[in-house]
Order: sequence, then structure tokens, then C-alpha cells
Amino acid sequence: MDLNLTAEESAFRDELREWLASNIPKDWDEWREKPIEESFPYLRAWQRKLQEGRWAAASWPKEYGGRSATLMQQAIFWEEMARVEAPPMANSLGLGLIGPTIIAYGTEAQKKRYIPKILSAEEIWCQGFSEPNAGSDLAGLQTEARLDGDHYIVNGQKVWTSYGWVGDWCELVVRTDATAAKHKGLTVLLVDMKSPGVEVRPLRQMTGESEFNELFFRDVRVPVENILGKVNDGWNVAISTLMYERGSYGARLHLIFKRYITRLIELSRTIQRNGRPASEDPVIRQKLAQCSAEIEIMRFNQMRAFSRITAAGVPGPEGSIQKIFWSELNQRFQQIAQEILGPYGQLMAGDSHAIDKGLWSYGYLRTRGNTIEAGTSEVQRNIIGHFVLGLPRSY
Amino acid sequence: MQFGLSESQEFLKDSARKFFAGECPSAEMRRLMETDTAYDASLWSKLTDQGYTGIIFPEEYGGVGLGKVELMLLMEEAGRALLPGPFFSTVVLAGSVLDAVATPAHKTKYLAPICRGEVRATVAILEASANWNLRDIQLRATHGKLTGKKFFVSDAGIADFLIVVARDGVFVVNSKARGLKISPMSGMDLTRKLFVVEFSNTPAEQISTSSGLAHAFDIATAALAAELVGGMQRTLDITVEYAKTRKQFGKPIGMFQAVQHQCADMYLETESSRSAVYYAGWALEENSPDAATAVSIAKMYASDAARTVGNRGIQIHGGMGFTWENDVHLYYRRAKASETAFGDATFHRERIASIVIDPATGSATSA
Repeated sequence: MDLNLTAEESAFRDELREWLASNIPKDWDEWREKPIEESFPYLRAWQRKLQEGRWAAASWPKEYGGRSATLMQQAIFWEEMARVEAPPMANSLGLGLIGPTIIAYGTEAQKKRYIPKILSAEEIWCQGFSEPNAGSDLAGLQTEARLDGDHYIVNGQKVWTSYGWVGDWCELVVRTDATAAKHKGLTVLLVDMKSPGVEVRPLRQMTGESEFNELFFRDVRVPVENILGKVNDGWNVAISTLMYERGSYGARLHLIFKRYITRLIELSRTIQRNGRPASEDPVIRQKLAQCSAEIEIMRFNQMRAFSRITAAGVPGPEGSIQKIFWSELNQRFQQIAQEILGPYGQLMAGDSHAIDKGLWSYGYLRTRGNTIEAGTSEVQRNIIGHFVLGLPRSY
Repeated sequence: MQFGLSESQEFLKDSARKFFAGECPSAEMRRLMETDTAYDASLWSKLTDQGYTGIIFPEEYGGVGLGKVELMLLMEEAGRALLPGPFFSTVVLAGSVLDAVATPAHKTKYLAPICRGEVRATVAILEASANWNLRDIQLRATHGKLTGKKFFVSDAGIADFLIVVARDGVFVVNSKARGLKISPMSGMDLTRKLFVVEFSNTPAEQISTSSGLAHAFDIATAALAAELVGGMQRTLDITVEYAKTRKQFGKPIGMFQAVQHQCADMYLETESSRSAVYYAGWALEENSPDAATAVSIAKMYASDAARTVGNRGIQIHGGMGFTWENDVHLYYRRAKASETAFGDATFHRERIASIVIDPATGSATSA
């Protein structure tokens, strides 16, 4: 056990810091609050710039435009990005989830065709996984693809698709064999979102925004060379993408949470409770301390997980505790914020009395989704119960 | 950066697990807990042969000179076996206090025999107020003599000497000194006995002022949290095994999500406590600026988690969990005793708050 950075890790961090110092955009604050539809070209440009410095996908192998960064270096990357409050990258799903899956399962022709444009943000990617009747039971999905000569004909519906509205391509999981057991009849297709028969509709969520879309496929023709991996092996391809989802997300959360709690502590010094600042109220102090401690433990868990993955070579089912930990912590944290802010906590963006432009009312509502998205807490507990503890499958 | 254990750390942990499983299995632990002191001389000499009695102390005093992370690993395994007797009091507590505050001459006199396994010792801290804030200690020495009472002194009944924390310094009292009365308290944890220690004009040797105590207590606090991790792991293992074999409605109860999800939570709580404890061990070893915070985070989280894990473990066992013969309640008892020792979760949350909310003053209240 040695938590000091190695020489390679320090060199990586220093090189990144130096690059960021001269390349971080100065005008992000002017864009940050705008609707994502407006700021999207800005985010594309930022990603292009990062890739000019070979930073957009540091975890990818060198021959595909990355730096073959270790997990620890990736953690350093996200820490540094959070430290300078860098804008997000436009093609986050392409870089974080779909690109790595194409590198792992794609043919040489596919890699050549798709990878450079993922890196340059020229083509934005989305994921077609969940369906109205296939959420936690993803393998029960019904979108069907029927072979017709050298094309598949796709019919069905997907939901909760991030970046659907701007997506050029979609990693789509479809059923290619209705007679096989449910995990065995799935295939992953790379679908051009401009194909005739693809319809994208906004899905309005409980926060009032539309981060996600619904996708409708009506007789959409997809050439057979767009199969990713093997026919009827789509479950393994999809699971590989989901593993990247759990692995890569946790790394950047610690600093984001830390920034929020620092802000909340600052606010607690100015908000009065029973004739003194809330920061001096013993009950509030207990809750803030609990939350800061858990944010640290989230980081310790993450570092331990990275070391374990590095040693084992692959992420394991233990990653599920990370998902449960951060999502439930985030909800508890937002409730503490509400308790400190009192009636002001409910005020939404646009209200002149809102604290931090409605950040906290939005956070309270948005985090409600955390224990549902990217695998519900119930599914994560099933994974721990069965795959980690060896209890019999409950479903 | 590497948060996994090194090969030698893995080796130490594995061999400790095997040692405790072989030398102190459940039946032996239960035999010792029914005695007055839970001490066994032959077990102690085997602990000494393993080098455990000198694990973190300098070689010049007969110690092994390993680090705090190694201490955490050893205590985790001791906690898994619910090791009865005065190991924590003697080695971790008295040893760390001597290591932190005593002069070389006093270390030769008191620490070296601990490393060599020749003596048992403890530290008397709490008074009738039972407050872990050191500023509340009232006992004072007058012309090298102590008069007053200490409470909740672990393993005093088997100690050859006691280290006494007084308002005006740290003293050593021989257990045979005149005017010393040691009487048992009847605590919930049967494996670590508690005593009231009464001094009346009892001769005491001053070994230090009280500076440096906070660091020693941080080591002891983290080590208690490490023991809790081992106890949680054992509770989880026993419970999962039971959930796989116990059948109701024709199925193993572990197939029901109401049971399975509680097991998953026990796993999450155990692993998170372990991460916090390992980090605390590392921070103490490196004298990292956040070491005191890290210790409080570990003790706070593990104190709450051990109780919760115990609750879940007993609940999943159903009626069996409520019987004397099932070991889970013995871990549950230890968890409660260790929760209150060296500050409970509420105490440590306030200590964390004083560090993260009041940066201007910044001075942490020590345990």
C-alpha cells in the first residue's frame, strides 16, 4: 500500500497541468448556464482541442489515439479536470463507453471508420439499451432486427437515451433470435441515426428538462457490416459497455461532491438557525461531518477498487458498491442541503430569491434519479448478493 | 499510487488469520470469555513468538518495527477471531502511549517487556464523567501519589502495571502498589473485561507530560476500528453461510431479496469501513496532515457500521440469531463496547466538523 504518486503518475499529472494551464478556455463561465443545445458546438470545440493534445481519451491504447493511461492516471485526469473546472466533453458516451467497446469488439474496418470521428467529436454517439419494457431486465428487450439480404430491418423503441437529440450514431442492442434464451438472442448494431425510419423525441423528466430521448425505429435498414462483435453475442458486448460505465464514472465524482459540500459549508456560515449560524448548530454539524466523511470514504473505496482492477485486469462485480454508495450519498447530501437552506431550498432557477441560481432545488430533484439510472440500487444489490457473496439468484 | 496490500502485507494478514483460527477458535474464545480476565498465558506466549506483541515498536526495544497499516491488518484479524484478553490494552494502547510519550529509559523499563511478552498493561483514562475529551480529566498527582478513581479501564485485572492519564501528566502505577484497588465492571463485551481502578495515596512514577498522547490514542482508535472491520467480516461470513443453507418456504432464505439485499448492505458497510481503516493506517504511518481526520472518519463509520452489520446479521439468522450459542451476538457485544471506546460516532463527527467546518480555529479536540 502506497498512496504517493509514482514517478510516471507525477509526470502524467504535471504534463496535464501544464497543458491545461495554457489551453483551458477562459470563457466557460459565459456558456455554462446556457441550454446544452446552444453550448454544444462549444463543447465539441473543447473536445477537439483536448484531442489535439491527445487528452480526450487518455485511457485508450496509443495506437487508437489515447495514451494507454493506467486507471490511476485516469483518476488523475478527472481530478485535474475537476480542479480547473474544465467544461465537459461533447462526446462523453463515445469516449467513455462506446469507443472502448468498439476497440474491444470491432473489426479493423470499424475501428478505422468510427474511432477517429469519436475522438474529434465529429460524430456524436448515443446508446440504445433500455426499452419501455426492459429496464432492470435489460436482456428482455424486444426491439427486433430481421435479416433481409445484406441488411437488418430494425423495429422497436428505446428510452432514456442520453444525447439522442444530437446523436449521429447509436450503439443499439437488438433481438436477432427470438427463439433463443433471452440473453443469447441479442446483437449489437451500430446504427446511423440519419437512417430513414429513425425518430427522436425528447423525454421530459421530473426536473422539467429533457436530458434523455425516446428513440423509435420503424423498418430502419442497417447494413450487416455494422454488427459489433458477433451475431447473437450482443449481451457480452453490452455488458462490456456497462462495465466501462461503472468503472469510469466514479473517478470524477469525488471532487464534484467535494466542491458542493465546500459550498454548502460556506452557505451554512451565513444562514441563521436559532440565533446563530447554521454551521454552529450541533445537529447540522453532525450531518455535514457525516457527509464529508462519506465523500472521503467514497474516494478510498474508489482507490481500492482501482488497485484491485489493476491487479485483476478486469473490473469485477464489486464495482456495484461504488454505484450504490455514490448515488445514495448524493441523495442524502441534497437532503442536508435542503435542511440547511430551509424554505429557500425549494426555489428554482429564475427566481430572484433562489440561492446559487436554483442549484440546490435542481440538485434535490435530479439526484432522485441517481439510484435508478445506470443500474438501479436493487439490481446492484442483486449483483453483490449473487456474484460477490454467492447467494442464489433471486430472479 | 497503490491502495492494495503489498505481498508482505498480504502475507502478514493471511498468517495472522491462520494463527488466530488455529490458536483461538470459537470454542477457545468462549472458554476464555467465561474467565475473570479472559487471559491465557500459553496463548500470550504464542502471540509473542509471532512477534505480535512488538509489532509496531522499534527494534531497539525488542519490537518488530512494522508500520501502522500492518497493525491495522493484525487487528482486523484479531477482531475476526474476537481475540479475548489484554492484547489491545497491552500492546496497542499501553505500548503506543509509551512509544509516543516515554523517555528512552522508561521505554527500556516498560515498553521492552511488553515487546518481549513478559508483562500485561493497560491505560486508565476515563473518570466518572466517562467523557473522552481529555480536557475533562480531573485526577492529579500530589507529591508523586495518586488519589481518585478511573473507570472503564480495560484489562486492569490482569495488568502488571497501569499507565494513568492525569491532569498533570502520565504516570505508571505498579499493580501491586499500595492503596490500589481494582474491581471488575460487568460489561456487555465478555472478551474484553472492564474495571474500576481506585487510587488512595498510591505511589506513581511520572513518565511524561501529556503531550504526544493524542497521537497514541489515534493509533488505538484506528486499531479498534480495524478490529470492528474483522468482526463485521466474520458476522457477514457467518450470515451469508446461514442464508445459503437455511431453508424456508422450500428455498434457501438467501434467495429472497429482502434477505439478499441486507447481505449486500453488510458487504458495502464492511468494505467501506475497511477502506477507511486502511487509509487511516496509512495516514498515521505517513504522519499525513489529515491523519487525525482520517482516524475519526474510520472510527465514526466503523462504529455505526459494526452495529448495523450486527443488527442485520442477527435479523437474518432469525430465532437462531437470538440464541446464546450463535457467535453473532458476541461480535455484537464487542461492537457496542468498541463503539463507545475512544469516542462514538457522534463524538468523532464533531471532531470532523471542527476540522472541516471551522478551518480558522482548526484545532481538533483529541480523543
